[in-house]
Amino acid sequence: MPGSDFVVEMQGIDKAFPGVQALSKVDFFLRHGEIHAIVGENGAGKSTLIKVLTGVERQDAGVIRLDGEEIAPRSPLHAQRLGISTVYQEINLCPNLTVAENILIGREPRRLGTVHWKAMNAQAKQMLVRLNIDIDVTQPLGSYSTAIQQMAAIARALEISSAKVLILDEPTSSLDAVETEQLFGVMRKLKSEGVAIVFITHFIDQVYRISDRITVLRNGSLVGTFETATIPRLELIAKMIGRILTELDEMSQIKLESSEQIHEEALLEAKGLGLTGGIEPMDLELHAGEVLGFAGLLGSGRTEVAHLLFGIEKPDSGMVTMDDRPVKRFSPLASICRGVALCPEDRKEAGVVDDLTVRENIILALQARRGWFRNLRTQQQYEIAEQYVKLLNIQTPSVDQPVRNLSGGNQQKVILARWLATNPRVLILDEPTRGIDVGAKAEIQKLVLSLAEEGKSCVFISSELEEVLRTSHRIVVLRDRKKVTEMSGEVDEHSIMESMAGGEA
Amino acid sequence: MKQPRFALTRRKLVESKLFFPLVVLALILLFDLLFVRGFFSIQTRDGNLYGSLIDIVRNGSTVALLAIGMTLVIATGGVDLSVGAVMAIAASVAAVLMNPYVLARELPPNLMSLINDPTFTFQPLWIVIGVTLLVAIICGLWNGLLVAYVRIQPMVATLILMIAGRGIAQLITNGVRIQIFYERYSFIGQGWVVLPFSLYLVILVYALAWLLNRKTSIGLFIESVGINSRASFFSGIGEKRVKVLAYTFCGLCAGIAGLVASSNIMTSDAFNIGMTLELDAILAVVIGGTLMSGGRFSLLASIVGAWVIQAITQSMYAFGVPAFALQAIKGVVVILVILLYSEQVRGLLRRVSVQKEA
Repeated sequence: MPGSDFVVEMQGIDKAFPGVQALSKVDFFLRHGEIHAIVGENGAGKSTLIKVLTGVERQDAGVIRLDGEEIAPRSPLHAQRLGISTVYQEINLCPNLTVAENILIGREPRRLGTVHWKAMNAQAKQMLVRLNIDIDVTQPLGSYSTAIQQMAAIARALEISSAKVLILDEPTSSLDAVETEQLFGVMRKLKSEGVAIVFITHFIDQVYRISDRITVLRNGSLVGTFETATIPRLELIAKMIGRILTELDEMSQIKLESSEQIHEEALLEAKGLGLTGGIEPMDLELHAGEVLGFAGLLGSGRTEVAHLLFGIEKPDSGMVTMDDRPVKRFSPLASICRGVALCPEDRKEAGVVDDLTVRENIILALQARRGWFRNLRTQQQYEIAEQYVKLLNIQTPSVDQPVRNLSGGNQQKVILARWLATNPRVLILDEPTRGIDVGAKAEIQKLVLSLAEEGKSCVFISSELEEVLRTSHRIVVLRDRKKVTEMSGEVDEHSIMESMAGGEA
Repeated sequence: MKQPRFALTRRKLVESKLFFPLVVLALILLFDLLFVRGFFSIQTRDGNLYGSLIDIVRNGSTVALLAIGMTLVIATGGVDLSVGAVMAIAASVAAVLMNPYVLARELPPNLMSLINDPTFTFQPLWIVIGVTLLVAIICGLWNGLLVAYVRIQPMVATLILMIAGRGIAQLITNGVRIQIFYERYSFIGQGWVVLPFSLYLVILVYALAWLLNRKTSIGLFIESVGINSRASFFSGIGEKRVKVLAYTFCGLCAGIAGLVASSNIMTSDAFNIGMTLELDAILAVVIGGTLMSGGRFSLLASIVGAWVIQAITQSMYAFGVPAFALQAIKGVVVILVILLYSEQVRGLLRRVSVQKEA
């Protein structure tokens, strides 16, 4: 039974949204000074649970206790005052203000009614030192890496209250390996100071690296809470998705079979494609029936190449040919008409149109290709949307639901549906599995392979090397905005990592 | 069982953009019913209908016309401050084309003697209307190009024409207020076919906008651009062209409103026609529930919004509020209306209705 060693006790939490039971009878207990991971598929209820705890949403039933006393957080601010601070997935800071301003905004030290800048900078610096970070706090936040920005967000979260509980919602989804390690260092330090940390992530390795206990949610219900040391990975994944993962084996089978169908001649060919200040000239060949993987660290130019191929930006050197015809017009619309599609990296910024319905989001690119006057009839729109909702297994009460009501992974599938609806011949997928759960990841990877099998040419970009290896027939390695090498056949992780890092080659 | 797609549930009714403007309009009319005697009486003369209610529709038609165009512009995430000035330009163009008095020196003297004749016009009416609307469209196009291609912020871009527009209107008429004598022109603003002719114009423009939005994909693209312009660009939507179209259509609406306004007073008065009406038009759109940040819109709700504003004015006059106090009272009513729209109040209403259902 829960005793006084718990800092947060949530018992029997229910929460319903229109059409969805987001949480039913969920219990969650957090110990003092532990790192507690919450895992589950998209729509499992992780975010909702956090929203209830931080006062964004009010539970329909159940109690929340903090240090044994019942609380009812009315708003995130109220929760912060109680000692529960949250750092959200998207960093809610102002990149054009200085680091110090960001950390202390609203609580600046004052002297004679004006801001005491010197004290403020000193205080901010000291707070970052607590997190083992030593940077110039008078520089704009935007001039630092995402990781540092994340740390500033954490520093701010800690400063607001003498936080007892720190919630990190997908903190590592935009960090690279080194930055993640840096963050973990901070988390361990805070843990040793007695702060209880709730860590929400999709990265299973990270769960095992850092957490003490794991709570698994599925479809809004609690599956269980486990000691990390005692639960094997496969068992954890099975608990998350409620079935055994056989997809991985299936996938290598599909890949093997489909590799025989790769066309000899290139469908799309780029020669000396480059953009000053963007990427250095490189050659690329895309074949029908093939998955081409892009491997490289953050900032290696993966996304920039994708943008050039899709016409978001216009290359200033080299040329692109498709079906042996040189491409003259570079714009998203021209690309769509040629049969090229790009599923962009940044789902929120460049992907979903969140107030539009699932149906409208799915038909958007198709309608754009048809132009202003050849309007898809409503009936057709429903047919197309419902077809893809079924095909991609998108979880939504109806296709008339605004996309904003869907979970991240389902939003990603909607974007994918938007592009599949245009029936592209070249499909560029930039981080299609970022921030989505294991089950959906495997689904998307399988989908990519089966699309290639149908004769499409796919470009698969991901910062998870394992995933690139698993899905791609051929891999292009990028480093510092240059194409370093190209590998095909049996490729081992080690040699790719070497060329990504650019060791002593 | 699957629910029918277009079922009209209570929730849909409350969440529809039309619901709140209609409630507000009903509240104002309720006030009139209780406190203003004879507000609802309607007389028939020569088969035409007259009365306070008809006046609301007639006097509200200029703002309603503007609101239709403004809705599309606001839905793209912009705003058009120049519509009042474009009305003045349109009025001047129309006036010059009917009464060439300012060109007197270049015209034969026998023409000048005809000027006061109510059957005389320098150019036939269809040319007057055609050229005027063309000029209005060019004004809208200019705004659209500045916003979409030069990438000036909408408020700044349209401010240019808002300020310069009244000067341009003056230049067209050589700085004088031209009186319009041509009688047939008065029909646009003052004519009656059972109901005021200007109401039919509103319906016509609404029908045009409705067709544009629902029978083509432009409505979807406008909303998409307004909600997330970058994602729209990635999806292959020509967001620049969508914006240009919205501003151009808004210019056209302002041109028609300018014709109605000048036909009402039968002059081209660059300093009265359309003065501060851009703000009324924006307010009508806001009352209609379209967010200033863009996105989902309802044309009909904006038109009801325009009538709400006119109903407030009309009711206050009928109630006996002096003209000088009107603006202040209007302000109070507007605050109440906007409060009705705030998330907090809506949340409260939703909770109350949920409790009732339970």
